Amino acid sequence: MLATRALSLVGKRAISTSICVRGEHGVAKVDDYALPAYFDRRENPLPDVRFVTELSAVQKSLKEKEKGSWATLSNEEKIALYRISFKQSFAEMNEGTKEWKSVIAGMFFFIGMTGLVVLWQRKFVYGPVPPTFESEWKEKEVQRMLDMGINPVEGFSAKWDYENKEWKK
Amino acid sequence: MSLAKPAMRGLLGKRLRFHLPIAFALSLVAAAAFKYGVTGPRKQAYADFYKQYDTTKEFNNMRDAGVFESVRTTGE
Repeated sequence: MLATRALSLVGKRAISTSICVRGEHGVAKVDDYALPAYFDRRENPLPDVRFVTELSAVQKSLKEKEKGSWATLSNEEKIALYRISFKQSFAEMNEGTKEWKSVIAGMFFFIGMTGLVVLWQRKFVYGPVPPTFESEWKEKEVQRMLDMGINPVEGFSAKWDYENKEWKK
Repeated sequence: MSLAKPAMRGLLGKRLRFHLPIAFALSLVAAAAFKYGVTGPRKQAYADFYKQYDTTKEFNNMRDAGVFESVRTTGE
C-alpha cells in the first residue's frame, strides 16, 4: 500500500526507472510499454492516464483549485485543466490530413505504369488480330445482320432505312 | 462557455425519421421514372412495330438475301 502511494507521487513515467516492490517476492521491472498509456482516439474518449504527468507548480495549484467549486474557475483555467488531461481536442484529433493527395498521385502513377505495360504487351506479346476484324469482313458481317433483321424494334436494324438502303438520319 | 448540452440520445431515431421518408420517396420516383420512361415506351415500340409487320414479306426478303440454311432463294 505504502509503496503504491509512494509510486503515484513519483509519477507514472518515473516508475520505469525505479523498481516496483511487490510484497516479499522481490522486484519486478515494469516496462514503459506495459503501463497504461495516453492516446487520442475517438473511440476511447477518456484514456487511462492524464496527458501531462509531471505538473508544474502553476498546474499543481490549479489542480488544488479544481477540488473546490468549479464555478470559481475562469474559462482560461478550465482550458488549462483540459490541456493537462488531454493532448488534442476532438476537433483537433479528427481533422483530416492531406494524405489523399499522395494517394491520388500514387494511383495515377501506377495506372500510368500499367498503361505503359499494356502498350508494350500489345506490341510485343500478342499476335495478330483474327481476320474477322478486317473492314471487308466487317462490311459483310453488317450486311448479313441487316438481312437477318437483328434487333429490328429498338436496336441495330431499327436504325437502318431498308427503303433507301442507308442508315437512318 | 455555457454551451447547450448536445443531444445525447435518440440520434439514430432522428436520422431515420429524416432519411427514411426521403429514401422511400426517391425510390418511388426512380421506379416511376423507369416505368414511364423506359418500359412504357419500349412496350409501345414493340406493339407499334408488330402492328404493321408483314411476316411473309419479311420472310421473302430474308430468303432473297440468302440468310437461311434450309430455304433456298427464290428462282433457284
